[in-house]
Amino acid sequence: MEIEQIEILQFLQRHSPFQELPPEQLLQLAQSINVGYFQAGSEILRFNEPLQALHLIRSGAVETFRRNGDLYNRLSEGGIFGEQGLLRGGKVRFPASALEDTLIYFIPDQVFQQLFDSNEFFADYVEVGDTERRKSTKAAKQAEADLLSAKISTLLQRDPVCLTSSANVWQAAQTMTEHSVSCLLILHDSSAEQTTVQGAEPGAEPGTLAGIITDRDIRSRLVAPGLKSETSVRDIMTTKLVTIDQQQYLFEAMMLMLRHNVHHLPVLKQAKPVGVLALSDIIRYESQNSLYVVSSIFRQHSVAELSALGKDVKACFVRMVNEDANSQMIGSAMAAIGRSFKQRLLELAEQQLGPPPVPYCFLALGSMARDEQLIVTDQDNALILHNSFDPAKHDAYFQQLAAFVCDGLAACGYPYCSGNIMATNPQWRQPLRVWQQYFTDWIAKPDAERLLHANIFFDLDAVWGESRWADELNQLSASTAKTRPQFLACMTRNALQRTPPLGFFKDFVMENDGRQNNSLNIKRRGTAPMADLIRVHALAIGSIATNSFERLRDIIAAKALPNGRGEDLRDAYEVIAMTRIRQQALALQAGETPDNNLVPERLSEFERKHLKEAFSVLSNAQKFLKFHMRA
Amino acid sequence: MLYLGPSALKQPAGQQQGPAISDWQQYYQQQAKLSQHPLLQQFYQAGMVAADTPISKVPLLALDIETTGLNPANSGIVSIGLLPMDLRQIYASKAQQWLLKPRFSLSDESVTLHRITHSDIAQAPDLSSVLPQLLQLMAGKVVIVHYRGIERPFLHAALSARLGQGIYFPVIDTMALEARLHRRKPLSLWQQLRGKQPLSIRLADSRLRYGLPPYRPHHAVTDALACAELFRAQLAARFSPDTPVSQLWC
Repeated sequence: MEIEQIEILQFLQRHSPFQELPPEQLLQLAQSINVGYFQAGSEILRFNEPLQALHLIRSGAVETFRRNGDLYNRLSEGGIFGEQGLLRGGKVRFPASALEDTLIYFIPDQVFQQLFDSNEFFADYVEVGDTERRKSTKAAKQAEADLLSAKISTLLQRDPVCLTSSANVWQAAQTMTEHSVSCLLILHDSSAEQTTVQGAEPGAEPGTLAGIITDRDIRSRLVAPGLKSETSVRDIMTTKLVTIDQQQYLFEAMMLMLRHNVHHLPVLKQAKPVGVLALSDIIRYESQNSLYVVSSIFRQHSVAELSALGKDVKACFVRMVNEDANSQMIGSAMAAIGRSFKQRLLELAEQQLGPPPVPYCFLALGSMARDEQLIVTDQDNALILHNSFDPAKHDAYFQQLAAFVCDGLAACGYPYCSGNIMATNPQWRQPLRVWQQYFTDWIAKPDAERLLHANIFFDLDAVWGESRWADELNQLSASTAKTRPQFLACMTRNALQRTPPLGFFKDFVMENDGRQNNSLNIKRRGTAPMADLIRVHALAIGSIATNSFERLRDIIAAKALPNGRGEDLRDAYEVIAMTRIRQQALALQAGETPDNNLVPERLSEFERKHLKEAFSVLSNAQKFLKFHMRA
Repeated sequence: MLYLGPSALKQPAGQQQGPAISDWQQYYQQQAKLSQHPLLQQFYQAGMVAADTPISKVPLLALDIETTGLNPANSGIVSIGLLPMDLRQIYASKAQQWLLKPRFSLSDESVTLHRITHSDIAQAPDLSSVLPQLLQLMAGKVVIVHYRGIERPFLHAALSARLGQGIYFPVIDTMALEARLHRRKPLSLWQQLRGKQPLSIRLADSRLRYGLPPYRPHHAVTDALACAELFRAQLAARFSPDTPVSQLWC
């Protein structure tokens, strides 16, 4: 007989984090639920009152609030609230009221705690801010990606090409030509026929693997000894097989190929062949490796050849995402690739234009300098020239050099900077002493308007040439900025111009004033304000790091943030950055053009929830910064 | 709950409803003395709230019965679903459902309706074996139903056949509450000429008006839950928690 709470059960089966529960736990949960009804406008939870249940919205909509009355979240069907209160002392932390007529499922505290303790996914979903536990699961995933790499099943390109052992070599050669493959799997025939096969394993099942034939076997075992093409495939096939299971890992396949000196491995699933892994598959896979992309950049001899590598860069990005790399690994790999493009373009430019008349340093700015580059990024660069630079004599050369590099980068998929922060702009192609003056002026006589365009220069890294000049400029800002409260106040004001949204409601992005939008620029409203905020703190403590995560380490070590907030900020940055990265990887895989626009429909409930929490960490950090820097 | 076609709804609801009772407290006191069967004695001895009790203080029980037909004289009960509630919560976790073997055979129409088949009920018990528990759960509570023409008449007939005495208890009819709002006056000739249909007061349609989600009908506990939620929504929208129960029950 079916259970009483069939409607409740079916509802739970449609919503995270319940649908992920094992069936018996789900059933138990469904049987523990009571139902409440709240008319639009009525109060559901009052601050600090005892809380006995997790609240799940069955229908309607609910708003939760901070203690000061600010809107905290707006939730619809399937949304949960009250979890923070249950996890922290059993009192209401965020009061709630019904926005529409609302039906609530109450999940008793005791059941909630039991699910929290016994189910990892459930705990991850409802819990916020327990950075330690989240870190350890991430570390475990990372180790897996590093050590074991990809599974064989993800590398298989096509179904295996097979023949049965009753076929002859002529048929085999025809089949191989038809499918343009260099190896053919031979399967056991029906068992009646098999008894006549000499040397066949007794009891071998039809459809299982009997042997393998490669191009080389036909050459050395048929043509060379002068056998007829009607010879049975059984007579020339290799029967001592080296196979691999589809659940095994790439490195195991490589080990097998090395040990047995073979180039093809039949891949089995429950003893039946599902494909063939060839050495070329492994090489192709490895070619999506960032190291491989970097080394191939330096083997190209023209802008046209370089621009053809664009697809490898994209494949490498997607592969890192699929292998669960974190945002730092992806950001620094993409920055290394971008840097290599610049270096190779500069080599090519010098080959074409001759050696430079005076020494120079080519700078990367912004996300590349921070090692936080992604796939959608425009070029930001500049040139520091030797102090002996004489515009009349030398600038023609550097103008051409800059144009060569910037045009080349544009051809390779790095669009021109819309703010014209490029070495082609004479303002950003100056001798070292002018640059020192720029920095001194920005810091000593700050003006928010001017700094808004210049703050990108506080993320700077040498790509080519006299790298010590870049270090000198970094040192200059690190040592003087911290003594200039007015400058820090200006930088703070700029860093606070872009704020994150409050969260999501149904398929909309919800703003702090309750307004709803269809999409969100995750860079402008997420990663960029986060990097801006971290930069101000880094300048305030005189850190010379450029990567945001390294800056955060310095900031935490200098105790510039209240206890634990630096770690929260780091986790929040990772959540926002990875959401941006994953969306771009999904777009690439779907054959679309990736951008920074985030459409809520494409986010899972899990992503929305974590993103909302990350936005809230960022928003709080902005409030703290504002107060701290008296901006 | 059965699908009620327009003809069923037009039948005057009073015929099988027993005596018109306004003071249920007094009625229970009388019956506690008059009843012969110990189960019914206990049931009535548990008492009933006074007519002026505010609805917020009344223990409630949402009840739904699936039957083989519409007429208790020749149809039987195949399933009973119920859940207790008050104005704070609907206690779905305390829901109960029984599958029963009716003393009348299943009609094909009723099988297609509530999907309870002959083989389902082949092993099911007779109502008499669950009566002690059912009456205990109903004792002292005001019953919530959608359309009062089923649950009370069917239980009355079933108990008469088994205990030699029927049963009456107060019900709040969510359909009647909807009718009070939407059927206060009949459609004017002008409205009828323009082809206007009277607003549906069936369970699913009524729920829709209050923004309540659609549920799969004809599953006893689900119908009881649906009815319980509808009652909560009706109360929130149209009645104060201080409304005397006498304004709601019948």
